[in-house]
Order: sequence, then C-alpha cells, then structure tokens
Amino acid sequence: MAMTCKELVELVTDYLEGKLPDVEVIRFEQHLSSCDGCTNYLEQMRQTVRAVGHARQDVLAPQQWQDLLKLFRDWKNG
Amino acid sequence: MIAIYEDMDETLLLKSLRNGDEDAYTWLVQKYHTSLVRLALSFVQEARLAEEAAQETWIAVLKGLDRFEARSSIKTWIFSILAHRAKTLGQRENRMVSFSELDDVFDNAPSVNPERFRPSNAASSADHWVTFPSSWDRLPEEIFISQELFHIIQDAIAALPGNQRAVITLHDVDGFSSDEVCNILGISETNQRVLLHRSRSKVREVLENYLKLEN
Repeated sequence: MAMTCKELVELVTDYLEGKLPDVEVIRFEQHLSSCDGCTNYLEQMRQTVRAVGHARQDVLAPQQWQDLLKLFRDWKNG
Repeated sequence: MIAIYEDMDETLLLKSLRNGDEDAYTWLVQKYHTSLVRLALSFVQEARLAEEAAQETWIAVLKGLDRFEARSSIKTWIFSILAHRAKTLGQRENRMVSFSELDDVFDNAPSVNPERFRPSNAASSADHWVTFPSSWDRLPEEIFISQELFHIIQDAIAALPGNQRAVITLHDVDGFSSDEVCNILGISETNQRVLLHRSRSKVREVLENYLKLEN
C-alpha cells in the first residue's frame, strides 16, 4: 500500500538516520517522488537538524575556569 | 590550543591525566565543560545547579581516574557521570526525568498537528497534506545562522520534556553518535530514536511558525 503523508512524517528521523528497513525506504522514496509537500517537509527537518547544530555559542567564563583549575590543583596536591 | 590532545590515543590521554598533566585537563575542560552544563540543564532547572553538577563531575573524574577501566571512551564516561549527578540533583528539585519506555505513552503526540492532514476517511487523498509545508530554500541563508533564530532554537529545546531535551542536546547540538547517546543515558537505540524524532519534530514546528512570520 502506498505511504501517506501522515505516515511519512513519523518515519523521517528513521530515514535520515539510515534506520528505515529497505522495503520502507522504497515506499518512502516512492511517496517523496510524487509529493512536493513531503519533499519540503523532509528538507525542513534537514534544515532543522542543521540549525540545531549551530545552537552552541557558549564559552567558558574566566571565573568558571578558575574554579575548575583549582579543583585540579587541589586534587593534584592531594 | 593544545591541539596534540585532540588526536591523542585515549590510553595516552588517560596516562597524562593520571600523571597530573594540567594541559591535558585544561584541554578536556575547555572541550567538554559547557556541553556538560548544557546536558545538565535537561535534568535541573537552575543554572547554578547545572554548574554544580558539572563541577562535581570533574571532581568524580579526577578521583576516579585510577579506577577507570576504559571500557567506554573517556568522553562517554565523563558524560555518564554528569547524567547521573544531574539526575540526582534534579530529584532534589523535585524534577524527575524518566527514560522509561513506559513513560513515553504520556507523550505520544503526533509529529505534525493532525489538522494539517485530510481526514483518514476522506474519499480521496486521505491522510495527505491539506496545504503543503513551504519550501525554506528561498529564504536567505543568513536567517538560519542569525542570533534571533539561535535564541528561538534554544527556547524550543528548553521547552522540551527532559528526556527529549537530553537526547537532542547530545545528538544534534553536541554531535554525539547514537551509540554514545545510548551509553550516556542508559537507553535503548529505539528509545533514543523515538526521543530524537519527537524533539526534532517539535523544534521544526517552532521554526516553521517563526519562519512563516518572517517570510
């Protein structure tokens, strides 16, 4: 049976992570080839993953680092 | 900075640490501390407690160096200690983060609002989009790396249930492999992927709503 859009959106992560069984990959890609909505959806998920991957800008504050260095020196001096 | 540790064999790195090599420790802390705090925030609410969990992790790491048997990578070991510590601190805050698959029944919401699809009993095109999701390809690339989008993503992740937050944080923000995520959180691969899927689906929805307004 052909895959529906509602079914496809639940399988996107399995597909992107390469964990979808081969038979399902065929149904998935068959659906994609005839559905612009799901093609856009899959692309949105890809872009979401990429954007989330950029969501780290935190740096160690000098005070934080001083505290952590002290931990080490205390440990070393036993 | 101190790039030699980046490619160093784990046995050597471990040896350096055991010998009290301050540069090796500095490298580890610079590389992982902010990621540890970020993961801790999946389990505790207060930033102060997250920092405490990360600090306690480093103490436990230093004290445990001699006993560490390298059955996992040093990185996985460090993050497992953090997950355990942060979970305990969260319980003190009355915040329980469960990775039990039984608890998933409380959040088995569909990835996409069902109203976006035609009814399952529709005569034609059942369960297909009512209106298609739009293509983001025409949007300027700058939007995806803007400060504003960065904050929207951060807020979307912070709004997730703790178990989903921990998984997306480790896997997609900090780039851990699925195996590493499973080992750190002590969950099955299937459970990991379900949590990853739910978290990504929710963040996507937030982005879709934001980008609709921007467009």
